[in-house]
Amino acid sequence: MNDLLVANSVSKNFGNFRALNQVSIAVPKGSIFGLLGPNGAGKTTLIRIINQITMPDEGSVLLDGNALKPEHIRDIGYLPEERGLYKSMKVGEQCLYLAQLKGLSKSEAKSRLKYWFDKLEIGDWWNKKIQELSKGQAQKIQFIVTVLHKPKLLIFDEPFSGFDPINANLIKDEILKLRDEGATVIFSTHRMESVEELCDHIALIHKSNKVLDGKLNDIKRQYKTNTFEVGLESSNKENILSEIKNTFEVLPATFKNLNDDIKLNIKISDSTSPNDLLSFLTAKAEVHHFVEVIPSASDIFIQTVKNN
Amino acid sequence: MNHLPLIIKREYLTKVKNKSFIVMTFLSPIIMIALIAVVAYLSQLNNDKERTISVLDETGFLKDVFQNTENTNYTSLNGLNLEDAIALVKEKEDYGLLHIAEVDSLESMANNIKFYSEESPSISIMSNLERKIEKRLREMKLQEDGVTLAQIEASKTNVEIAQESFDGEKSSKIDNIVKLAFGGIAGYLLFMFIIIYGNMIMRSVIEEKTSRIIEIIISSVKPIQLMMGKIIGTSLAGVTQFAIWVILGGILMMIVSSIFGIDLSQASAPQQELMNQAMEAEGAQVMVENLLTAISNLPIANLVVAFVFFFIGGYLLYSSLYAAIGAAVDNETDTQQFMLPILMPLILAVYVGVFTVIEDPHGTVSTVFSFIPFTSPVVMLMRIPFGVPLWQQGLSLLLLIGTFIFAVWFAAKIYRVGILMYGKKPTYKELFKWLKY
Repeated sequence: MNDLLVANSVSKNFGNFRALNQVSIAVPKGSIFGLLGPNGAGKTTLIRIINQITMPDEGSVLLDGNALKPEHIRDIGYLPEERGLYKSMKVGEQCLYLAQLKGLSKSEAKSRLKYWFDKLEIGDWWNKKIQELSKGQAQKIQFIVTVLHKPKLLIFDEPFSGFDPINANLIKDEILKLRDEGATVIFSTHRMESVEELCDHIALIHKSNKVLDGKLNDIKRQYKTNTFEVGLESSNKENILSEIKNTFEVLPATFKNLNDDIKLNIKISDSTSPNDLLSFLTAKAEVHHFVEVIPSASDIFIQTVKNN
Repeated sequence: MNHLPLIIKREYLTKVKNKSFIVMTFLSPIIMIALIAVVAYLSQLNNDKERTISVLDETGFLKDVFQNTENTNYTSLNGLNLEDAIALVKEKEDYGLLHIAEVDSLESMANNIKFYSEESPSISIMSNLERKIEKRLREMKLQEDGVTLAQIEASKTNVEIAQESFDGEKSSKIDNIVKLAFGGIAGYLLFMFIIIYGNMIMRSVIEEKTSRIIEIIISSVKPIQLMMGKIIGTSLAGVTQFAIWVILGGILMMIVSSIFGIDLSQASAPQQELMNQAMEAEGAQVMVENLLTAISNLPIANLVVAFVFFFIGGYLLYSSLYAAIGAAVDNETDTQQFMLPILMPLILAVYVGVFTVIEDPHGTVSTVFSFIPFTSPVVMLMRIPFGVPLWQQGLSLLLLIGTFIFAVWFAAKIYRVGILMYGKKPTYKELFKWLKY
């Protein structure tokens, strides 16, 4: 069993609307799993099913090989996208309450809270009310509450929204640290650069169906088009351009560089190796820029959604 | 994992520690007592005011009728003509002038009496005058027919019907008043409790929605646990507040009445009038005796047990509906459309209680409404002091519990869907759809 969480053909209807249609995902232990999809695709419904907030109409969800039970609540930490705290309750009291709801004893919760408050340097907030904190500060509290009970599975829905870059980095590092300590993370976001940065696996849900699933690198490999960004310098610009155009498929450049004598995206056929292209080019001009175009998560997202 | 105690504790403590809750708890009895004291004081002032009524009796038949009382003096203006009398009364700033015009027969006399005053006179004064004149006219007519005054006096009988149930329990008129008071207080208490604390529950559900903490909470606890925790926690806070009100109110009442010597009970209730009538008929001592028997005649054990059950049942029934409303909407202004269906049966219950139970506690209307679950808590509580067969109470309670379970199921459905719906004001149709999610 290498998958911590497995969803088998999960479906959910709301009246006549099918929010999830036979969606299956497998989240490997110790991975950061990106759950992607356009607004309204069904991500939140799936996350709520994993959290047992709603029940699936069909299909099953297994955590560590066992069908989801109420006891599993303490194995999961969930930071919802729509999140908040009791505004007029004091920070400390509130954290204790929420930790106790996750099954921690009061003393255990207290000592762990102290650790986190010291770590994030917010020890003096204990007796403040939430309404006295800024949005970002409240988000920190929410993050602590989510991870406090050391769950096996962490689910973050847009964890960085509301954070300034410094705090976003802080939280990102904490997430990575938790992963290294053995937690598995499901990460739902629209910010593709953080997907790129953090996720090992992704699944893309679109219009209630899963349309893409796998290791991020595999998917990128699958989506690459053998296209290379090429930047050349030469005194004989026109000639070289026409020669290249005769031999290879040329696309408009999609990169920026300092020298813009010749900027091209060149697509080669499957039988041609990058070396062939490179030697062809070096024979004709000075190569300043030669990079394979690897599709970004964002490209893959847009392309997949458009094609479906 | 059972988180119910934890949730109850939090709900209770947040309510009780809330500043406005504390202020209301201690301020309300003070304000109430102050108001009662002011009203009592003012009505006493009003009663103490002496007024003079001038009488111009051209017939001379009514001369002994108007005896001075504590608050009212009668002055005879006989011998003056009407214009002069009116002018005089105006000048003296008397309360008014009663003019009995010269007539030739007793029959027409009744239609030739007029009261002149600056402002329209109070109803009680007018009816008092009318009663006095009617009595004298009747005596005079009887005398015309040859009946002597002594005979008229002798013919007066005071009937006091002694009441006794088939089981041999003695009771009196005052019994009914005591019963009404007990039932009324119980029913009204429930009504107030539902409205005040039902709203509080609703607000606290809405607060969780608007602060967006709800999803964090229900990833840890079942929505129904959260809902029940809220209802119970808020109710306990309510009971605490009520208890403080009663104790504080009692103490204040004692202090105020001992300081100002105002009989606060005078200002209290319209039941007072019934009480006074009963008092007139009997001596004060008899009345106290009757009052004591009346209270001991009450089915106290039944009353207490029924009060606890119907109170809890009725309160939980309504408060789960309040919770559902809170879950269905985003803010308090949107609650209006859903409040009416809740308030209607509640208000209906109080009206039925006040009007039909007093009239006939075992009549069809009161009996039927004491079985309908949405009105039964209030109506039944009002009926029980009059003695309701146990099977009726049991059946009504059973119906109430059944409905309560259904209402909790219904509310929980609405609740678990509603708390995650943001930004939409749902229609009834949508609510109905949620039941099937």
